[in-house]
Parts: sequence; structure tokens; C-alpha cells
Amino acid sequence: MSATLATTAIPGGARDPSVAQSLSRRRHRANVIVKTLCVLATAVGLIFLVAILGTLLWLGFSGLRLGVFTEMTKPPGSGGGLLNAIAGSLIQTIIGTAIGTPIGLMVGTYLSEYAKGTYLGNAVRFVSDVLLSAPSILIGLFVYEVFVEPFGGFSGIAGCVALAVIVIPIVVRTTEDMLNLIPTALREAAVALGAPKWKSIVFVCYPAALSGIATGVLLAIARVAGETAPLLFTSLGNLNWSLDMSAPMSSLPVTIYQYAGSPFEDWVQLAWVGALLITFGVLALNIMARVVLRPRG
Amino acid sequence: MSTTNETAGKTSMGGMQATSSATLNETRIAISNVDFFYGQNKALKGINLNLPAKQVTGMIGPSGCGKSTLLRVLNRMYDLYPGQRAEGQVMFDGENILKPDLDLNQLRSRIGMVFQKPTPFPMSIYDNIAFGVKLHEKLSKSDMDERVEWSLTRSALWGEVKDRLGSSAAGLSGGQQQRLCIARTIATRPDVILLDEPTSALDPISTLKVEELIDELKHDFTIAIVTHNMQQAARCADQVAFFYIGELVEVGTASQMFTSPREKRTQEYITGRFG
Repeated sequence: MSATLATTAIPGGARDPSVAQSLSRRRHRANVIVKTLCVLATAVGLIFLVAILGTLLWLGFSGLRLGVFTEMTKPPGSGGGLLNAIAGSLIQTIIGTAIGTPIGLMVGTYLSEYAKGTYLGNAVRFVSDVLLSAPSILIGLFVYEVFVEPFGGFSGIAGCVALAVIVIPIVVRTTEDMLNLIPTALREAAVALGAPKWKSIVFVCYPAALSGIATGVLLAIARVAGETAPLLFTSLGNLNWSLDMSAPMSSLPVTIYQYAGSPFEDWVQLAWVGALLITFGVLALNIMARVVLRPRG
Repeated sequence: MSTTNETAGKTSMGGMQATSSATLNETRIAISNVDFFYGQNKALKGINLNLPAKQVTGMIGPSGCGKSTLLRVLNRMYDLYPGQRAEGQVMFDGENILKPDLDLNQLRSRIGMVFQKPTPFPMSIYDNIAFGVKLHEKLSKSDMDERVEWSLTRSALWGEVKDRLGSSAAGLSGGQQQRLCIARTIATRPDVILLDEPTSALDPISTLKVEELIDELKHDFTIAIVTHNMQQAARCADQVAFFYIGELVEVGTASQMFTSPREKRTQEYITGRFG
């Protein structure tokens, strides 16, 4: 070994310390420039975020009072609260998620466990991914055409269906991704014990993927809780207290949309409070999702 | 180590000790003329091999030689994957297990399998074992408790886990997890146990425990083990089969294979000259 090293010169000429030094200075300058650009970009992003959150907190908290949670929306100038909007949002989000989650779960399971590599499976996955990024106003219009027009008017249940249509592709994607992460060995181990396929999916794969799927569902809830466009064409909004699913139903995002653009100061104030409530709701869900996803020790 | 079988031990090639019995029992599984295909690719070519009852058959050979493939033929694991198929005949209890209309779940309850990596299910230690049992039997709570204890005792794990049967199986060490997988397999009371490199992911101490366990289990079960470890084959197996590029090159009792192999390729592989 040493003999070959000694007889073979390393190509490239002798080492020049000044070249190494200038290269090092150049690297250093490039590093400073890139770092500065990155920090600036981060700062710009942070400024907007802080400005939005600051305004929201400032205006939202200044309008926050007990009446917001106990009173209905009222005509301008007479106070009032957001109780009907809060209740409507909760009902539509919960029912929408309750409709969308099982469907999404089963489609995701189908894609991951039964239709891998098949033409139908690839087609379903493609359509689901398109739906995932479809503008939500389009989903609102679609539900309007198939659920509002034929049944003679805006309704809470139409709002739930629109939200469910948004939930489905999110749950499909997370379910499929999470099931795909499960090692083949685990599936084979269940099958090797003589378990039929559905039992290995339900009793072995689902528990193994549970935290991931639950995170997907929570994120889907967070997404639909703030959706305005699909509700404008479906549940429309309602200024009065109504739990009738076949009648127009109030919701926070639609109320914010209507109030924030109005010329009345107390309505604008209530819109800020509503925005604050949604933001905190979504924040709470995101924190929950992180806690659920955290691997257990 | 089993005391009854040690008399047949001989010093062998490469300084290895074959400690198992020199005679083989009657055949439990008879493999004849089995070909196996991954799509167009022929992975096994005309395999003929008999697995003796209540003894250990060690399958050795370099990577990709088809030994794991043969193991997966025996419990029809390949059926999970379209494009994989086996031809030929594997007789087990008077039935060809390769026939298309066979009840696979029934077959797999009688021919169990333990994999290379420990695969505890995401549930408690108790439920890991109860899961397989419940697939095939309806047991009362007390009967199930007994079965769980029996299988954990047989797999030398009971003492380590008896106080935490309700806790997650993921909290066990790798070696404990693998013994749990063995416990889970024997809990369904199979006739045959297939072990696919069961110790390749384990530390030496855990490996030793699993090997001792295999020696213990062969009193009740017919065992086939795939291994890359020559010493392990010598220690555990009664019969050894050497595979090379999809063919069964040579099969014989462990002492014969490790002392006087007939084929040159076998000798070279066993002594570590290739593979």
C-alpha cells in the first residue's frame, strides 16, 4: 500500500495556502448573504403573522363579554351576541365531520389495503386529491345544485353535507398515508396467525395507525370550522336561534362575513370576537392534534 | 440444550458442533417438485424436501437462494401478493396445501410463522396472544388466562411479563418481543412452526434464549428454521437443507451435513468460502 502511494503523485499540483484562504473567505461571504436573506424572509412572514394575531387579539378581546355567549345576533345598535352562530357552527362542524370521517376512513382503507396499484384505485386517489385542493366555493355550489335547489331551500343539513365533502378527501389522504406506513411484516404477522384480512386491518392496522388518523380528523375539523364559502350557498346563515336542520342555520364564519362588511360598529366588533373564537378553536384542535400524534413512551 | 440428543454430537468442519440426533423421524410435511414464481422469475426449481415430525429442519444458503421463499410456500403467505405462485405438491395431513380452494386461515392456524423482525401488535401483551387464539377458538376468560400463561411459559417469557400482562407489548425489549411472537404462534396450537431468521435482529443473549427455546419446542412441534448463521443451524437443526440459486443442493442430517457433505458447493458454503 505505502509503496503504491509513494510512487503515484496525487494529480492537481502543489497545495497553495493563499488559494485555500481566498476560497474560505468566499464561502464565508456567501454564507452571510444567504443567512441574511433567510432571516429577512422569516422576519417578513413573522411581521404579518404578528400583525394579524395582534389585531385579532386586541379587537377581539376588547369586544369579548359574557353576552357574546348568551345572546342571539340582534339588529345593529342593540348589542346582541353570537350564541346562534356558535351553536350553528358547532352543530354543522360536528355533523359534517361525523358524516365525512367514516366515508373517508373507508375510502382510505380501500385505497391502501384493497386497491393498491389497480386502475380504479389510482383513479379514486387522483379524484380525491383533486377534491382536496378544489376551491371550497365550488363545493358550496355543488351542494347547492344537488341538495339546496331540489329540496326547496337553504338548510343546516346542506351545510353539513358541504363540510363533509371537504372532510372526506382530507381523511382519505391521511388514512391512506398512515396505513401505508404500517410495516408489511405486521400485516403478515396477523395473516400468519390465520386472521382474515378485515380482522388484520381493523384490529391490527387501525390501532397502529390510530394517532395518525386521529390527527387527520382533527386537522379536517380545524379546516371546516373556518370555512365560509361552502356555507354561504348551503346553510346561508340565520339571524335567529334555530336548531332546525331543514331551515337556514347560522354559523360563525358566515356571520363574520356578513358583520365585518357592515357599516355598524357593534357588528364589526362582534365579527372580530367571532374571528377570535374560531382562531382559538382551531388553535386548540391543532394543539390536540400534536398531543395525539406525539409518540407514547 | 436437550440432553437426549447430545450423544450424537460430533466435531465437524469449521470447528462446529452438530449436537442433534442422527436419525430423522417420520415425515410431517412432504414437499415434492415445488416450483415458485415471482411473476416471470422462477425462484424455486423442483424442490423435494421432507420435514421430519417434531424435529428441526434448518434451511441454509446465501441470500436470494429461495429458502425464505420456500418457508412462505408452506403457509401460503405468498397468496397475499398477486403475481406470486407456486406449482407442485406439498402434502400435509393427506392434503395438498397448494390446492387453490384450501381454507388458508385454517392452514395458517396449523402452520404458524415467526418473522425476522419482532412484530408485536399495537395492543397489550395479553391481547397479543389472545388475538390469535380468538381467531380459531371460543374460550372462557379463565381458559384464555390459562392459555396465555401456558404459551408465555413455554416461550420462556412468563417470569418476565407476568406482572404486566396489561401493558403495551411495544414496551418489551427486542428479544422479549420475539419470544412474545413465538408465544403468540404456539398459543394457537399449530402442528408446525416456521421461523424466518428469527434471531437476525436480536443480540447474542436473546439469540441464545430463542435457540434454547427452539430446542425445547421441538418436543411438541415440527419446526423449520431459515438461518444465515451456520453455528445456529448446527446447534438447532436435526436436518439441514442447503439451497443455492433456487435449487435444493443437498439435504441430510445435521451431523452428516456438517461433517461429510456430499456436494462441493455445500462444503464451500459451510466452511465460509462463499455466500
